[in-house]
Amino acid sequence: MHKILSKEKLAPKIYRFTVEAPPIASSRKPGQFVVLREFEEGERLPFTIVDSDPEAGTIDLIIQAAGYSTQRLCALDAGDTILDILGPLGKQTDIENYGTVACVGGGVGTAVIYPIVKAMKEAGNYVITLNGARSEDFVILEEELEEVSDELIVTTDDGSYGIEGFGSTVLQKMLEEGREIDFVVAIGPVLMMRAVAEVTRPFDVGTIASLNALMVDGTGMCGGCRVTVGDEVKFACVDGPEFDAHLVDFEEQVAKLGYYHEEEDECRMHKLPHELEQEKA
Amino acid sequence: MAERSKKRSRRKKKKERIPRQPMPVRPAEVRNKDFTEVALGFTPELAQKEAQRCIQCANPECIDGCPVAIRIPEFIQLIVDGEFSAAAQKIKETNTLPAVCGRVCPQEEQCEVVCILGKIDEPVAIGRLERFAADYEREQGDVEIPELPPSTGKKVAVVGSGPAGITVAYELLRKGHAVTVYEALHDLGGVLVYGIPEFRLPKAIVADEIDTIKKMGAEIKLNMLIGKTRTVDELLDEDGFDAVFLGVGAGLPWFLNIPGENLNGVSSANEFLTRINLMKAYREEYITPVKVGKKVAVIGAGNVAMDAARSALRVGDEGTEVSIVYRRSREQMPAREEEIHHAEEEGIIFRLLTNPVRILGDDDGYVNGLECIEMELGEPDDSGRARPIPIEGSEHVLDMDTVIVALGTSPRTFISDTTPDLETSKWGNYIVNEETGATSKPGVFAGGDIVTGSATVILAMGAGRDAAKAIDEYLQG
Ligand SMILES: Cc1cc2nc3c(=O)[nH]c(=O)nc-3n(C[C@H](O)[C@H](O)[C@H](O)COP(=O)(O)OP(=O)(O)OC[C@H]3O[C@@H](n4cnc5c(N)ncnc54)[C@H](O)[C@@H]3O)c2cc1C
Ligand SMILES: Cc1cc2nc3c(=O)[nH]c(=O)nc-3n(C[C@H](O)[C@H](O)[C@H](O)COP(=O)(O)OP(=O)(O)OC[C@H]3O[C@@H](n4cnc5c(N)ncnc54)[C@H](O)[C@@H]3O)c2cc1C
Ligand code: SF4
Ligand code: SF4
Ligand code: FES
Repeated sequence: MHKILSKEKLAPKIYRFTVEAPPIASSRKPGQFVVLREFEEGERLPFTIVDSDPEAGTIDLIIQAAGYSTQRLCALDAGDTILDILGPLGKQTDIENYGTVACVGGGVGTAVIYPIVKAMKEAGNYVITLNGARSEDFVILEEELEEVSDELIVTTDDGSYGIEGFGSTVLQKMLEEGREIDFVVAIGPVLMMRAVAEVTRPFDVGTIASLNALMVDGTGMCGGCRVTVGDEVKFACVDGPEFDAHLVDFEEQVAKLGYYHEEEDECRMHKLPHELEQEKA
Repeated sequence: MAERSKKRSRRKKKKERIPRQPMPVRPAEVRNKDFTEVALGFTPELAQKEAQRCIQCANPECIDGCPVAIRIPEFIQLIVDGEFSAAAQKIKETNTLPAVCGRVCPQEEQCEVVCILGKIDEPVAIGRLERFAADYEREQGDVEIPELPPSTGKKVAVVGSGPAGITVAYELLRKGHAVTVYEALHDLGGVLVYGIPEFRLPKAIVADEIDTIKKMGAEIKLNMLIGKTRTVDELLDEDGFDAVFLGVGAGLPWFLNIPGENLNGVSSANEFLTRINLMKAYREEYITPVKVGKKVAVIGAGNVAMDAARSALRVGDEGTEVSIVYRRSREQMPAREEEIHHAEEEGIIFRLLTNPVRILGDDDGYVNGLECIEMELGEPDDSGRARPIPIEGSEHVLDMDTVIVALGTSPRTFISDTTPDLETSKWGNYIVNEETGATSKPGVFAGGDIVTGSATVILAMGAGRDAAKAIDEYLQG
């Protein structure tokens, strides 16, 4: 049982949780994730470890309410518990001094990219962070990213805040204008990561993407998270979650994420705890 | 005189000729729609009748056939005498998980194959009797916990809670050592909980048998992936363990490496079975999804393939067709005969001498066919089995929408990657001293599938027993 110590709303449907998990807090590295199961009948779901405090024995997770399970998680409050948390899983990000690094985060991917931005900065890189969101309300972690980036550019799809458009377009402009960028990290929706990969490919800038494959165990036992990278098949939970974005077969990833859609719809017919309470009242 | 001896021999013959008692099972057309156990188990009457068949050999070869050397004739005699709980106790002197082994042990290749009765008639149904005794004791609710000696003050970390790890924990607790079990998943039991399906091995029974080590005082740490959450060196150097046992199994599923293998609708048997068993996807109140289409191909013909095929039939809608696709012939299928027989009864289709070469998909990336080539048998290969040879021009497409790959598994590398002085083979199996389970790293022992590759429950337990003995000696020495 892992106690939730605090909860903060970052944007509509996006929450930050600080959770007790001492052994994970002391062993995690940037880029790694946990697999958790909220309650006995629940699914095992992967979430990036956004930050940790080894002394307090806590980890931070940022969770976006997407389907049934994440909605349930987001309905939890400080004082509630999460049944199982396994981690840290996956390989840590290759943090090096590349020179100038552009970190492109989209949607909740901005949460996933935060620890990497921080680590890249600590490694001596000049870090340009492109923080993309749907609209003003959805911009998350602006202050935190500001603190650990040399440059922070916020984009919104509808132009309600920052620059109108996508992070990938801004990045393209920079590269076309001849900005020296040595390495790019892209984390967000699959289509966004594919767009970034296509932007950097002609400029031959090394680019990694963090794949949010469907997972069950997270320990290399089920193969449900397999991804095609170049001509090899890899397990995202063990060999990833980050891979060379120029080699990832993104089409395959798009098809895979939709596989359990119907089942998710059925799942939505389960009532969330607060809905049950409302009914009772 | 001649008359009398004739009479006596006739009478004797009559006693000998109690036939082997068949196992009562649920009807195939009923059971293939649910996950309730298939085999019902012996009644006390059937068990005693079967037990009477044992002739109590002076040199019982059956014991040598059992990897944990259960005192077979002694427990069988206790069943004859109606002392069922005592029979269970007798078995537990050497076997921690009798209700499990009585169900899934390949008895026909172990204790039963050497039973003397098998030479003239059918062997004694040792496994079924073992199951009966264990079930009886559990159902009576008077399961006895062995008495523990005073604490030795030594601490052992057992990594992995499959049959190997559980056995080591039990044996070391019995010697007075403190034991902490580290398990990566959220439940104890290894393959017994995530692999072998409920209809063959009810999870409540596994939990009950494993409960013994909890009652004996083992500390249990779930969701701990050693090599990631903690390393073996940290367990030894920082966490104060005097020895470590690695019973981490061989969990990494193989794929075929044929085109189309990453299409939607293709999974490993491990994924499919984990969703069903560990995540209980077949139960209404559990939300992990699992799905199969109308036409399911299971590739492979071992126990894992049979389990996947029979599970697919159960989770599929009415009319779902499930095939085993295997490149050799029936005689060469590695699954237990009983499992093959049950699968056939339940309506699994066997497509033999058929080798998949490509998985076909539609525009959205979903499986819609399995291209296969027909095979014929040639000369025996290294394994002694006739080598399957493709028949040129026999390619054909089977109409399939789901493919489950059940080809085997190999070791994962979390521990070997972070423990530089642990020697492994080129396949990643840990190299150990066969008698003691000692690895190249002092104080670290290993056993079960991680050493041998995928094998059996009872072999993993046998390895666990040997390692526990060696660990006990190591701790004293
Ligand atoms: C390594 C890794 C790290 C992740 N880190 C985070 C994180 O820090 N914060 C966060 O909010 N989410 C993160 N995710 C995604 C998160 O796990 C999914 O959003 C979650 O599993 C969806 O659960 P659900 O049942 O509520 O939604 P579902 O109803 O299953 O899904 C809703 C939508 O999300 C898609 N989806 C389902 N599963 C995933 C998945 N694993 N990844 C991406 N999309 C998915 C579905 O196709 C659907 O469109 C991460 C995923 C991975 C693999
Ligand atoms: C579907 C299926 C059906 C089978 N049917 C039969 C049968 O009928 N009869 C039979 O005798 N055998 C059968 N087997 C084989 C048998 O189950 C195995 O040989 C046996 O379970 C091996 O035991 P083990 O203790 O070595 O490992 P496992 O049972 O594999 O257990 C290993 C445990 O270690 C955990 N682990 C792994 N790595 C770590 C780590 N780094 N840190 C912490 N924990 C870790 C795993 O999560 C797992 O729980 C079957 C196997 C499968 C998959
Ligand atoms: S444990 Fe297995 S081999 Fe040993 S007696 Fe029981 S069924 Fe036979
Ligand atoms: S070999 Fe067969 S008959 Fe002889 S003691 Fe063992 S079980 Fe009984
Ligand atoms: S999630 Fe199961 S192997 Fe990666």
